[in-house]
Amino acid sequence: MHSAKHVTAPVKPELTLEVSSPIFNRSTCYVVELLALLTIGSTIGALCGLISIYAVTLMGKYLCYALAALSLDLIWGRLGILSLGHCAYFALGGYMLGMYLTLQIGTQGVYGSNLPDFMIFLNWDHLPWYWQGSHYLLPSLVLSLLVPAALAFIFGFTTFRSRVGGVYLSIITQALTYALMLMFFLNELGFGGNNGLTDFKTLAGMDITADGTRIFLFALTAICLLLAFLLLRALNCTRLGRLLTAVRDSESRVRFIGYRTEHVKLAIFTLAAALAGLAGALYVPQVGIINPGEFSPLNSIELVICVALGGRDRLYGAIIGSLVLNLVKTIFTAWWPEGWLYVLGALFVIITLFLPHGLAGLPQQLKWHRSNTIKEAA
Amino acid sequence: MLKNTLSAFAAAALLFSASSYATDDTIKVGVMHSLSGTMAISESTLSQTVQMLIDEQNKKGGVLGKKLEAVVVDPASDWPVFAEKSRELLTQDGVAVVFGCWTSVSRKAVLPVFEELNGLLFYPVQYEGEESSRNIIYTGAAPNQQAIPAVDYLLNDLGIERFVLAGTDYVFPRTANKIIEAYLKAHGIADEDIMINYTPFSHSDWQSIIADIKDFGSTGKKTAVISTLNGDSNVPFYRELANQGISADFIPVMAFSVGEEELSGIDTTPLVGHLAAWNYFESIETPENQEFIDKWHAYTGDDSRVTNDPMEASYIGFNLWVKAVEKAGSTDVDKVLDAIVGLEVPNLTGGMAKVLPNHHITKPVYIGEIQADGQFQTVWESDGEVAGDAWSDFLEGSKDLEADWTAPINCGNYSKSQHKCLKQVSAQ
Amino acid sequence: MHLLKQIFLCCALSLILSLLPSVYAVPATGLPLTLSAEESVALCSSRVRDRDLLINNWSTTTNAAQVQLLQAIADGELYCKRSDQSLWLKNADGSFNALTSNATLTNGKGLRCVGSSNKQRQLIATIVAARALYSEEVSARRAAAAALLQAGATMPSTDTLQALMQHEDDGQVYQDLRTAWALTLAQNPSLGRQELLQAVEILKDKGTPQCLHALEQLGQSSDEILSDAAQQAAGWVQFYLRCATFGENLFFGLSLGSVLVLAAIGLAITFGVMGVINMAHGELIMVGAYCVWCLQQLLPGQPGLALILAIPTAFVVSGTLGMLIERTVIRSLYGRPLETLLATFGVSLILQQAVRTIFSPLNRAVQTPAFMQGQLQISENLSVTLSRVIIILFCALTFTLILIIMNKTRLGLEVRALAQNRPIARALGVRAGRIDALTFGLGSGVAGMAGVALSQITNVGPNLGQNYIVDTFMVVVFGGVGNLWGTLTGGLIMGLISKFLEPVTGAMLSKIVILIALILFIQKRPRGLFPQRGRAAEA
Repeated sequence: MHSAKHVTAPVKPELTLEVSSPIFNRSTCYVVELLALLTIGSTIGALCGLISIYAVTLMGKYLCYALAALSLDLIWGRLGILSLGHCAYFALGGYMLGMYLTLQIGTQGVYGSNLPDFMIFLNWDHLPWYWQGSHYLLPSLVLSLLVPAALAFIFGFTTFRSRVGGVYLSIITQALTYALMLMFFLNELGFGGNNGLTDFKTLAGMDITADGTRIFLFALTAICLLLAFLLLRALNCTRLGRLLTAVRDSESRVRFIGYRTEHVKLAIFTLAAALAGLAGALYVPQVGIINPGEFSPLNSIELVICVALGGRDRLYGAIIGSLVLNLVKTIFTAWWPEGWLYVLGALFVIITLFLPHGLAGLPQQLKWHRSNTIKEAA
Repeated sequence: MLKNTLSAFAAAALLFSASSYATDDTIKVGVMHSLSGTMAISESTLSQTVQMLIDEQNKKGGVLGKKLEAVVVDPASDWPVFAEKSRELLTQDGVAVVFGCWTSVSRKAVLPVFEELNGLLFYPVQYEGEESSRNIIYTGAAPNQQAIPAVDYLLNDLGIERFVLAGTDYVFPRTANKIIEAYLKAHGIADEDIMINYTPFSHSDWQSIIADIKDFGSTGKKTAVISTLNGDSNVPFYRELANQGISADFIPVMAFSVGEEELSGIDTTPLVGHLAAWNYFESIETPENQEFIDKWHAYTGDDSRVTNDPMEASYIGFNLWVKAVEKAGSTDVDKVLDAIVGLEVPNLTGGMAKVLPNHHITKPVYIGEIQADGQFQTVWESDGEVAGDAWSDFLEGSKDLEADWTAPINCGNYSKSQHKCLKQVSAQ
Repeated sequence: MHLLKQIFLCCALSLILSLLPSVYAVPATGLPLTLSAEESVALCSSRVRDRDLLINNWSTTTNAAQVQLLQAIADGELYCKRSDQSLWLKNADGSFNALTSNATLTNGKGLRCVGSSNKQRQLIATIVAARALYSEEVSARRAAAAALLQAGATMPSTDTLQALMQHEDDGQVYQDLRTAWALTLAQNPSLGRQELLQAVEILKDKGTPQCLHALEQLGQSSDEILSDAAQQAAGWVQFYLRCATFGENLFFGLSLGSVLVLAAIGLAITFGVMGVINMAHGELIMVGAYCVWCLQQLLPGQPGLALILAIPTAFVVSGTLGMLIERTVIRSLYGRPLETLLATFGVSLILQQAVRTIFSPLNRAVQTPAFMQGQLQISENLSVTLSRVIIILFCALTFTLILIIMNKTRLGLEVRALAQNRPIARALGVRAGRIDALTFGLGSGVAGMAGVALSQITNVGPNLGQNYIVDTFMVVVFGGVGNLWGTLTGGLIMGLISKFLEPVTGAMLSKIVILIALILFIQKRPRGLFPQRGRAAEA
């Protein structure tokens, strides 16, 4: 705490409580414009052959991560719940769509049978019950939203009711994703074990490797990201949004006022999981493989650092942070592979120490510093 | 801030859209092995090996009069990144060939990319078979070039009557154990004399399992363990074996994934006498092997670096590619693939490695005992080379299949009974 | 005259004795052995199989020198000089004696070890054992008799065994011979009932799995009285074996639990006292393990001394590293536990990569010293490994030490005061900054010591920390934060449950089941087994 100087104490950049602000305020407009520009520009560029398909797929992948980061920002930035296992929902959504894509391979698999290759390898002769819903696209999409949401609901129901919070919550979310990872590594579970699900051929009749499909998936991801962003912005502007901020800042008071805070937390947690599942579902056809490594705790923590890098108080911070981090990762693994982990580790330390509000909060932080030094000089 | 972001994205878009300027007088060779992450331990050595081979070839004048240029990428043990990097190598960098991958997951992740973009991958690691792709040359051992001869040695030479099949739970041990189980039953070993056990990755507390193995082996019949344990689990496994007093003479362990490199990270005193099956040992005394080892020591500047089977497989794969390119007169993938079947290059143990129509090669089989200095003492070798079989004859789903990439079959999974190719090759 | 005669007899006797070739003594120079040219070539060959014929030919030899040579081959003490194909024997001090002359060499340059295969060693062991049963030395007979009971050993005939038993006066050898005799009887079901019943008794007394197998076979005989007796005996033996298995599982659970506790104490201290989740804890353990390796490199040939010296070294190194982390990173993030978590995670990544760069991404070979090898035999079927026993004791010692520090020293008092009520403690003169640093240093130092113990059990590599971090967190959270006894109980319970679950569900599932059970438990009792009480704890 700095000593009082008999001037109006400079206002530290509080986490902005945007009360009854319109959905489309300045920053939101910018972000929407930027995203739209990027999408339309890239789509046209790719269709004309100016931008390589490799870049399009890469950007699509980044946008999926951005969507997952957005969902994490919803619970971390708005609710104050640090979930270190959020990628579990991402991966589950991915597996649901992966199952559909696997069944679409049909007889074009290695063994020429209707069953997926790894089931023939395990000597199974029929599809287990939990694969029955994955023959068609729409139910699979619904599953990729529902299954993560269901898991989040069950987990959150008991957790929030028992008022587990803070670091304990973070640790058990990490344990959950670790347990899921071990489970999906089991070959007997019927999800492909260590090899995961891969070798996809078609998606809704389109050849998955065709340029057109890739461009379409990219555009779809961008649109979903945009819609999710607008949805969450709209959420912020309602009473529920204000309630979220209140719960984050002082949960016991909100409880004493009369709100059932655990219901609020549960609802938002489930929504976030569903969004992450959607991101996973969009991720799998673009990358072509889903395997249990996606459940690894390290992936979830990378997602956390994306949000921290961008700034968790603003929703668009998650998007920015995720894009920047993945860009840096791609560059570093090409130029200086051994150095990537140094950079990632240093990023963690620097952001938490010096950039508590992330990149998105940087201008405000600089402004505060400038005004503070000016006032002190005066 | 937003304007800055906008310009940053513009720069990024330009970065991605600009393909690298390929100079006309070099041929690019992709090296796609993990340099960080869980697989870095094994794969970084292979990355260095390929770069060393490229240097050597350049000293000899390159290929087709052009120098070779290594494009090294790090997929960081992350399977989707493998797919991304292979796409980058094939489209952005325009490489003529890629030497890469280790785990089956990574190979399965990049397989669709190579088939879609018509690339060429040389895969140097022993694996479970059940695959044959037009765009991959498998220079590592198929199960019939490693597992079956090893089991034969245990049955015939050591008179083993009870078997413990201990593996990590993933595809390679599962497939190998299925094949081995079928083979053992076909040779008269009863069900109760076979114990199969799977453990998770990095399993470190082996006390109970080793106690079970000890009990299993104490009934009076000679017992052996066939271990398909992966990487990190091996150290605590062997340690616990030694701690519980199980010597190699009591219950020998035959491993398929323990080579000189893995031994360099273990205190080998408790392991002396245990067995491994490979197609190459550093201790085999031939002039070619000695030359290779010397070059490796000179390249790494470290005389204590060891050589192992996947390194020899990389060596063979590289030389096969060079020879095929020279025969075809071009680096075009289709021409190289046409030229490569039937080509022979010398391996490091005094024999020849020939490319078969199923895109596997012929390899000799060696069984060796671990010595205290981390090397292997050969105790059995096959008479000549064994031809790699992609589709095991001991598994229901695959005994009917064969792979043949030459005309007229031109198919990776051709069904002998139905006389047709089960999988349509994607349009070129 | 009498005296002269005695002296003359002594001299004559000693002269005669010195001239007799000493058959059983180890000769100082070479063996009184002549080798044919083919035998020399076979011995000197680099191909192991070339010696198959030679060993087969010598399998029925009575020439003691040949047997000794075979034993030397099996022990890996026979060497061949590359240049002139001469044979040498290695002595205990590292020097070499030529086989067929008096020459000696001081080092092994230019010599290649004559290797043997498993099969050959088995054959040699049988040859040597067959002779050793008649040896004059008790230890040789004991080893030979014990070898008879090993799997795959060729048993002499029942009569031979009986003859040996009659002349045997050493108790241990007699017991082993008796069991072997019973086993051979059991293989021969056509013998008389009396003898077979006698065999059943002997096998029941011995009670090993091998005996159980033989009893089960006897239990299927057509003779009712015999099969009843055999089945009853088999039942008893099975009961004993189950007891032994239970005892084993108990021991395994305790040892696994003690490893978990060792790893978790440091975290319990920092988390419990400072409320700081240190994600770099695993890497501090790893640094301790690497200390062992470094010291073993500095003190070659003395792994035991290096291990003991590593304990204080690891404490100091990890502790200093921990204090450094505390000063730079954690101090600035005081009061923000979630940010601390992230920042320390970043530190852990940096530490991992630093170790990969400085040492190598490969695992490092850490030797097990002699005093940690071997087993303690508690009963016929139950034996515990020495290394695990030592680790359990080490864990108990460390825990006691920490408990003493926390409860009996000034530092511990101040630490507890800060944990209970920070502002008041500071007001009473406790220097918070200094105590924080020291606490963190203590926790990290203990982590380093845990690393020393772990180096004996598992890989020493950059991924060591990551393998244990999730388990460590679980133990701390399960046991209750801020309570050392909670950590101890939690760790031991987790270890025991894990080990008792493993035979039932298999290794794959047991870990998953435990994690899920823990998650459910935490949801029921969020504060763990032994929660902190009081208002200050709720804040």
